[in-house]
Amino acid sequence: MIRRSLLPLALLASCWLFVSASNAQSGAQSGAQSSAQSGGELRFSIQSEPKSFDPMLADDDSSETVRYLTTGYLIRLNRQTQQLQPEMAASWKVSSTAQSITFELREGVLFSDGTPFSAEDVAFTMRRLMDPALHSPFADPFRSSAGDVKTEIKNPHSITLQFPAPVANLEQLFDGVAMLSAKSAHSDTAGLGPFVVSEHKAGSYILLKRNLNYWKHDAAGKPLPYLDSVRLDVQQNRDLDLLRFRRGETELINTLVADSYDRLAADMPSSVHDAGPSFDTEQIWFNQVPGAPIPDYKKAWFRSQNFRRAISQAINRADMCRIVFSGHATPAAGLLSPANHFWFNQNLHAEVADGPGALKRLAADGFHLDKDVLRDRDGHAVEFSIITNTSNKLRERLAVLMQDDLAKIGIRLNVVTLDFPSLIDRISHSFDYEACLLGLVNVDLDPSTQMNVWLSSASNHQWNPEEKTPATEWEAEIDKLMRAQASTTDNKKRKEYFDRVQEIVYEQAPFIYLVNKNALSAISTSVHNAVPVVLRPQTYWNIDSLYLTPPDPNGRHGE
Amino acid sequence: MNRIRLVAVVFLALTFSAVLLADFVAPAPYAKQFREAPNAAPSAKHLLGTDDLGRDAFSRLLYGSRVSLLLAPAAALLSTLIAACIGGLAGYLGGWFERAALAATDLSLSLPWLFLLLTVRALLPLNIAPIASVTITFALLGVLGWSSSGRVICSGARAIRQSDFVLQAQALGCPPHRLFFKQVLPNLQPVLSAQFWTSIPIFIIAEANLGVLGLGVSEPLPSWGNLLRGLENWPEVKASPWKLMPIVLLVAVVSCFQLVFQKRENLAS
Repeated sequence: MIRRSLLPLALLASCWLFVSASNAQSGAQSGAQSSAQSGGELRFSIQSEPKSFDPMLADDDSSETVRYLTTGYLIRLNRQTQQLQPEMAASWKVSSTAQSITFELREGVLFSDGTPFSAEDVAFTMRRLMDPALHSPFADPFRSSAGDVKTEIKNPHSITLQFPAPVANLEQLFDGVAMLSAKSAHSDTAGLGPFVVSEHKAGSYILLKRNLNYWKHDAAGKPLPYLDSVRLDVQQNRDLDLLRFRRGETELINTLVADSYDRLAADMPSSVHDAGPSFDTEQIWFNQVPGAPIPDYKKAWFRSQNFRRAISQAINRADMCRIVFSGHATPAAGLLSPANHFWFNQNLHAEVADGPGALKRLAADGFHLDKDVLRDRDGHAVEFSIITNTSNKLRERLAVLMQDDLAKIGIRLNVVTLDFPSLIDRISHSFDYEACLLGLVNVDLDPSTQMNVWLSSASNHQWNPEEKTPATEWEAEIDKLMRAQASTTDNKKRKEYFDRVQEIVYEQAPFIYLVNKNALSAISTSVHNAVPVVLRPQTYWNIDSLYLTPPDPNGRHGE
Repeated sequence: MNRIRLVAVVFLALTFSAVLLADFVAPAPYAKQFREAPNAAPSAKHLLGTDDLGRDAFSRLLYGSRVSLLLAPAAALLSTLIAACIGGLAGYLGGWFERAALAATDLSLSLPWLFLLLTVRALLPLNIAPIASVTITFALLGVLGWSSSGRVICSGARAIRQSDFVLQAQALGCPPHRLFFKQVLPNLQPVLSAQFWTSIPIFIIAEANLGVLGLGVSEPLPSWGNLLRGLENWPEVKASPWKLMPIVLLVAVVSCFQLVFQKRENLAS
């Protein structure tokens, strides 16, 4: 699924390659478990206040961080081995038609408030997840066709979920379904994750304390997690985040920007990690919402395929990678990163900057140059604004490079930085914007989890969210293909369908993809058992097995 | 002291001349990106090197100074005029009007400026040219920045109202509006002048603060505010000390304004 990530914000597109963490986790722990020290507080920053503490509505990076650390799942994807592993479900079985799944639940598991976990909680969770009024972004992948999900509780530890149509990759989807308590008096705070929210000072920090009822133990029988607490400081400024890391005031930087990586690598080489190309993308899109408060002639531009493709063609992605990311990025060809080896459509290639080509494409729609100013067929000078979130220098630089690229074909681009809440309000509620630059954080490799972006009815269908019926033929075709790929278990067929989706997105450019960044992170040498990976959350995916040793005497992260 | 003031005046004159003639002095347009040379060190081609997008830092400093040094006095003039109207009338008229004006001044002083500016900026139309954006930013600073000056001017006007020559003029039957424009305002001139000169560095720094937050002047137009954003990255600045030039110039200009203003304040007192 795709979520908004704040680091700027961003829409997060999640495509985790599902893998299972169990083997890797035990492997990672094995060497250190005997010496693992319990206690201590792990500190790191989130870039904004979480939009929601409801695990069903976590669609931004900060909310997802809190969700990851405080909730439990039936099945979990091991971020290192990319294999599924059992969690609350001791085992599961998917029917041959992929229309139902039966879970045998782990016994003796308690929520953080002490209430026992049972099949009733799974049924309650599914009912709430699929509630159309909730608009949970995690529900869309399950909606391969109309109809309700039926639950059959065989006993307190066995439940079967029956879907109205086959659901592709069914078991993997449960990596995104946080279990809720049906019976707890405090069902909104009771969780099955390694930590619980203990304190929250809005705009400042969130303190998570160890869940004393957490079900996992290490190989030596020691209760997990090792850490007593996790402190999430709200820190938008990446430079300050880096400074605090250098001073030893935080232990992790989950995603490091390229220039920070280079600076840190120069004097703290053993603290930085480059896990290679990530699944994240940076992209722009034009507002195509019919009721948006923008002039009609601009709406016509934004709805024009030629206009969008020309903008894409005019942008120099190679320069973006070289100048903005110091080479720690590659030009993006589409909605998937080439790092997603199976699902990426190998026939697609990133657009190469071609100003004359862009002008030729624009001419087909009646645009023409008039003394270095591009005008539409009615004589309107082509000028539009692009919003992005403030305090994200990388995005601002991308925008300024685009500004220069577009100026070469006579387009005036006004770059506007907004604080994150204002930006979200504009792109999600008032629709008072023309174009937006944000990032997508892929947290799932399987395309089914991107239903919340590509279905025309989806809330994260950002260029025109929640369409009642598809606004265009190509959107209707994407709907059809996405539903088709989600309804079959034949991966070859699914790949064919999703390849076509990628082609349509490339041809129509509702999102103009810019670059795929590398997965860069920083981990203090006082943190043990950390295994940085490409998939999110890169550094703390195995949070329950991380432990700390005392910092070095000068309080900094030594080498 | 006179010599120091002279140096300050000469420095300001040279700086203003350079920025006014930026079109002729600057070696490159402020928005031109030399993409093959981002973050370049100073050279004959780029006197102060280039920024992270390859733009000539010296040219951007000149144009950025022009924006800040021209618009900050304009904003200072606007705020001083508003302060003169509200504070001057309040001090001159006294009574309920003075009480109401001072209450408005106190309310204005108690407002969280920064958040107010952030909110107002967020409400502005998105599609405005950088030059309009910078003008609006300084206009906002001017409109919102009158209150502390207003209090000082009110106090000055009150003192004048109670002075013998005003009483004498009133006794001779001088009409109130004539008294205000011919007697009170001219005598407030030193106070107004002092308020004007002190406001300029305040507005320059306010714009710089907004720029550091990314809410000042829009790209690609430079201003001291967005030039100072480059200093957030201290390790890089340490390795490239020439990047300190914007702050060196800001401190120098503000100090010179202060020296000039001190002299004027002494004259006023």
